[in-house]
Amino acid sequence: MSTNKKYWKNFQDLNPAVDPSVAKIKYREFVEQIPVDEFLSDKETLSSSATTRRDFLKFVGFSTAAASLAACEGPVIKSIPYVVQPEEIIPGVANYYATSIANGYDFASLLIKTREGRPIKVECNTLAGENGTTNARVQASVLDLYDSNRLSGPTKNGNELTWELFYKEIKQKLKGVQAEGKKIVLLTQTFASPSTSKLISDFKSKYNNVEHVVYDAISESAAADAYQFRYGRRGLANYDFSKAKTIVSFGADFLGDWQGGGFDSAYAKSRVPKDGTMSRHIQFESNMSLSGANADTRITLKPSQQKLALVRLYQNLKGDSSPISLPENLKLSVDEVTNEILAAGSDAVVLTGVQDVNAQSLVILINEFIKSRAFNPETIILTRQGDNESVNQLVKDLNSNSIGALIMAGVNPVYSLPNSSEFVKGLKKIPLSVAFAMKEDESAEVAQYVGATPHYLESWGDLEIKSGFYTLMQPTIRPLFKTQQFQEALLELNDDPRNYRDYVQWYWEANILGESNWEKALHDGVFSGSPLATLETVNKTIAPSYSLSNILSNLSLSKSSKFELTLYPKTGMGDGQQANNPWLQEFPDPLTRTTWDNYLTVSEYDAKELGLYLDPSNFFNQSSHDATGGLNGTYANINLGEVTVKAPVIVQPGQARGTVGLSFGYGRSKGLKSEMQTGVNAFPLYKNFDSAQSVNIKAVGGKHEFACVQLHNTLMGRGDIIKETTLEVFNTKSPEYWNPTPVVSLNHIETPVNSPDVDLWDEFDRSIGHHFNLSIDLNSCTGCGACVIACHAENNVPVVGKEEIRRSRDMHWLRIDRYYSSDETFEGDNTTKDDISGLGSSLSTFGKMEYPSENPQVAFQPIMCQHCNHAPCETVCPVAASSHGRQGQNHMAYNRCVGTRYCANNCPYKVRRFNWFLYNGNDEFDYHMNNDLGRMVINPDVTVRSRGVMEKCSFCIQTTQAVILKAKREGRPVAIGEFNDACACSAACSSGAMRFGDINEKESPIAKLVEDERAYYLLEHVGTKPNVVYQVKVRNNDKV
Amino acid sequence: MFQHNMQKFSLTLLWLIFTLFFSSLTHAQDDDPIKGKALFNANCAACHQLDKKMTGPALRNVETRLYEDEGLDREWLYAWIRNSSALIKSGDDYANRIYNEYNGAAMTAYPQFSDQDISNILAYTAQEKVTPPAVATVATTQTSSNEDGFSKMLVLSALAVLFTLLALGLFLVNQTLRRFANKNDIEVKKAVKGPSLWKAFVKNQFLMLVTAIIFLLSSAYFVYGYLMQIGIDQGYEPIQPIHYSHRIHSGDNGIDCKYCHSSARVSKHSGIPSLNVCMNCHKSIYEVAESTATEEYSKEFYDGEIQKLYNAVGWDDENQRYTGKTKPVKWIRIHNLPDFAYFNHSQHVSVAGIECQTCHGPVEEMEIMYQHSPLTMGWCINCHRETNVKVEDNGYYEKIHKALSEKYGVDKLTAAQMGGLECGKCHY
Repeated sequence: MSTNKKYWKNFQDLNPAVDPSVAKIKYREFVEQIPVDEFLSDKETLSSSATTRRDFLKFVGFSTAAASLAACEGPVIKSIPYVVQPEEIIPGVANYYATSIANGYDFASLLIKTREGRPIKVECNTLAGENGTTNARVQASVLDLYDSNRLSGPTKNGNELTWELFYKEIKQKLKGVQAEGKKIVLLTQTFASPSTSKLISDFKSKYNNVEHVVYDAISESAAADAYQFRYGRRGLANYDFSKAKTIVSFGADFLGDWQGGGFDSAYAKSRVPKDGTMSRHIQFESNMSLSGANADTRITLKPSQQKLALVRLYQNLKGDSSPISLPENLKLSVDEVTNEILAAGSDAVVLTGVQDVNAQSLVILINEFIKSRAFNPETIILTRQGDNESVNQLVKDLNSNSIGALIMAGVNPVYSLPNSSEFVKGLKKIPLSVAFAMKEDESAEVAQYVGATPHYLESWGDLEIKSGFYTLMQPTIRPLFKTQQFQEALLELNDDPRNYRDYVQWYWEANILGESNWEKALHDGVFSGSPLATLETVNKTIAPSYSLSNILSNLSLSKSSKFELTLYPKTGMGDGQQANNPWLQEFPDPLTRTTWDNYLTVSEYDAKELGLYLDPSNFFNQSSHDATGGLNGTYANINLGEVTVKAPVIVQPGQARGTVGLSFGYGRSKGLKSEMQTGVNAFPLYKNFDSAQSVNIKAVGGKHEFACVQLHNTLMGRGDIIKETTLEVFNTKSPEYWNPTPVVSLNHIETPVNSPDVDLWDEFDRSIGHHFNLSIDLNSCTGCGACVIACHAENNVPVVGKEEIRRSRDMHWLRIDRYYSSDETFEGDNTTKDDISGLGSSLSTFGKMEYPSENPQVAFQPIMCQHCNHAPCETVCPVAASSHGRQGQNHMAYNRCVGTRYCANNCPYKVRRFNWFLYNGNDEFDYHMNNDLGRMVINPDVTVRSRGVMEKCSFCIQTTQAVILKAKREGRPVAIGEFNDACACSAACSSGAMRFGDINEKESPIAKLVEDERAYYLLEHVGTKPNVVYQVKVRNNDKV
Repeated sequence: MFQHNMQKFSLTLLWLIFTLFFSSLTHAQDDDPIKGKALFNANCAACHQLDKKMTGPALRNVETRLYEDEGLDREWLYAWIRNSSALIKSGDDYANRIYNEYNGAAMTAYPQFSDQDISNILAYTAQEKVTPPAVATVATTQTSSNEDGFSKMLVLSALAVLFTLLALGLFLVNQTLRRFANKNDIEVKKAVKGPSLWKAFVKNQFLMLVTAIIFLLSSAYFVYGYLMQIGIDQGYEPIQPIHYSHRIHSGDNGIDCKYCHSSARVSKHSGIPSLNVCMNCHKSIYEVAESTATEEYSKEFYDGEIQKLYNAVGWDDENQRYTGKTKPVKWIRIHNLPDFAYFNHSQHVSVAGIECQTCHGPVEEMEIMYQHSPLTMGWCINCHRETNVKVEDNGYYEKIHKALSEKYGVDKLTAAQMGGLECGKCHY
């Protein structure tokens, strides 16, 4: 059927009579003529062009052919040997140097492993004892050396200049300042360095009117003040927890960074039950801290109540009874604790982390009263010398124009001062401001001159960590950039012709070493001598009104408010100076297991009250977890006076009601990669350097995406994963009762799982040669996470970033699982689970058991590949990439792996990690493996894995093999205990929780640990026969 | 004119040779330059050369030079050689001058030399320098190889002509025969064309199938073979920035491999020797001997390579000192293991006592170093299967070897039985 419809585009089209030209246009392809002639007729241009069409085609053809030919050729690899090889370097053999870290926050003596002149790993210096231990930050500090954001030379107002000019101009300006009669102020970190103190006093005598202000970003000034009030000089009393039977802490996170940290090795010693006894640890605190998590009894209370509780404790001990406004249950707890302290007598010790001179003074008095053996005021800790008053005075002085020059070194006050804006305002007024910094951080950006300083691994130096205990710092690599130490600068400004290395040696030989040898001290890295009398300390006048009654009445005045904030340093980030370190950013916090963030920790009760609680059963934005399991949070405003900080909220079990916690160290904005600019800055809330503040909390909604590596928080009553018992049961009952061997059913008869009858597999004879085992003592493991970073560094584990962590694609070979009890105790959980009857009850009860209790017990469990003798992963690999070695190690051949991931699915311990991407040299993952500098930290003995392969803990096979080879070369059997430090994790473990070794070596510690009555295997009933053995956790609930 | 000149020239030459011969004869009457050479090489050559300044001055014609320049006679030389420091102390002008010129390095005293010994040495130093005629070896070899190619070509072209003639002959014969046939009216039977072999083949499906399978299998075989050799660089022989001849060093001179590759004893790397190791010897060896030169590489070529070393290490041979201007040598690495394979030289060299040649081949014969072994995993494993563990005098193996050999019922354990085939031993 035809149609008479006419389609038209415009009116002319409809009626061509109006404009006939339209009809013509209609038949043309283009409305206007293409100007071909115009182009072709331009013969001049055409002929003048050097490239003809044919040439063009030739080029295309040639380049295609050339490109494909070039692709066929194998790469030519060049090797460039030394022209003159240094005597001590043999390519392929590691050298170790003893040095020290002293970055103002962490102080320790270390051994540095270098390969071909590159430092690649930090290890504990065992000669230094407890001062030679490492934590996660120290382990990660080697990566800071290869930070691509480091300053490469001195700058003036952001422009580079030479050091000569730098010093010339500064000297000139200092003369000007002197002429004007204004003050020169040195604002420095705590150096704890005797030679630096001498240099500063030299500087003072050269330029009179100099003031030295020591500033710690996270202050311990109150404790130092209290010590000075009591003993007449400034310092922090030392504690030896191995001598303590009863440890009572009021808000002191001494397993964290309290008073410089480093107490965990001594603490762990007394935590392992020996001859039926172990220490008892009672923690009063607001935030859930590492110390609280390790405590036998943990009592939650507000910071303001901690002061009152201290007063109550003191009165109880003295037998006084003035009324104190404490809730009844707290009074009861304090009274019970008093009895325990009295019973323990001098074996008890009391600590406090309350940043209040009165509280700190009272603790000194209490420890003196009970004659605590663990309390050691004769030895002082020198690693926190900051003084709040002088810092506050400095900010005032800056604004009152009395300061002519400010020289900063090792500090970042613009970031870390609570009144940072006032500081910046004052800084801009003064004629000369110099910052000595490694990076262009917040403070360096504001200062006129920036002196680029070297990393501690490129520096000389000395330390007096504790009075009379000295360590030396020596460079382990030539400076990577045109940097000079602050001390070098002081020598230059003092017109001292010596270099700092010679200065240190001169100072040591004159004042410290006595008859001893400098070379030996440098080799060992440590030296024990007599304390220096000339130590530079802040002179302060002692308040005459100071007395016991004042202390007590001041403390009793403490009033609680609705919300009290406790600011704390996170284990992985400390004061924030290492924020550009991807290892630390990706380090899961031991408690929240969250990475790449800080957050406001709120109790579940308060979260619900304030509308900050996300229910898991809700949908979409309001759910606590998204579809992939990623943890969500909402935001809250923290209000303190004029300061408001908006932070994401995490619900923290064990957080005291009416308290919130926020960690320092995040929210950095300058001198670091954009990926590392995470979290919020808590320092503006750090008013008067008091970590406890009364704040207002308000929900502001929104959704924050956390990158949390552990989404399930409770054990659901599965007591066989973390076996634990109490000291009483441990002492009175047989191991069969508290550490039973799991049984399985064989012909309806319960048979122990280690019986050969129930084994699916043939047993191999492993008695010949080495058989490696790792023992992990759940009693001494504090969960600090040094092992996690040590493993990261040793095994070239990639950093994957926040997004990937949120997708549960973290690559840590070693993780420390943290479990909360959903009942008051884990034992309660076990009972609850055992009492379940019927389907209905099991559903509802298990549902409830997913949630932790308000003040739960906490347990840490480091988990790495268990190296099962009957490994489920090995049987499912289609290409035999995973196989077992005779020495007990489960081998993973990366080059064989095709990435089916069957092994990970079949692993009951979930320890295998899959490389979803190529993490090195990939711009999508702009962390250390993406630049030449950062790649210098890579361990050349371990393969850098590529995309699509599985990886996992290897029991550091590169090191066990190296130990064996060394013995073979020397033609001797492996010495007893030589394998102990072969694994990076066990070598880094300062608490001695991890012990590695050969169980066929009958005399070695590991052989005994495997036979220990506390030893058990993880998921033993599965029959995997792991080579990692755990030691039952024993809690000391023995109240007196 | 030209001829006349020639004659004159040859006459002069003759006379010159004669006088030279005569003069050397007169010297040879009492002093023996051959004995002198032996003495020189044994005692003096570490610091002196005839024509080149080294630690000490060049000694060619030293006696004449001293006499002409300084007016010093042989007695002075006796005194100097037997005890130079005494001469310096005595305040002798020239002795002190020469002492200071060579940075206060005193010459070793040779009191044991008799006058005759010294005379012999001086006779040796008085010999004229012999310049060898330059041999154009390279050119000759080239021509010979060209000749060879040429003759081949000649034979081939002759053959080609022969075959063409043959083909032509056959064609002509055929035509003649046809012509005969035509003339005699003999009908030439045309060959009856049956179905062609090709068509029959195409129609036979079974044959087609078999051929296809054979074709596919054989091509798969070759493709597999091709793919498997990718990355195997056996025979890789790159041109190095300095032509270092292992043949001369380890073959002719018998230098132990581990003298230069010392880290092979203790490290995973055998190590490319740093240039200061080269200079241990090459500080005094600035040229190769005549006998070192081969047909392919002349003495000048080798001397030039030594100069390259001096250039790289910054050695000023003229003034015998380091300039400090170094140019590290970018050697091309020949033996490359992939990143995921761990190999330790010290395990094989020090513990197992395996000769370097086992893996690296006849290095002492290699003018240019090349990769001798395939360095594949199969190759490694094969050796581990066949090689016994060297347990003698090694305390490490005592217990484990005894237990394992009992277990396996053998006297000697192979590396494989010791666990040398486990993946994780090399891959981590």
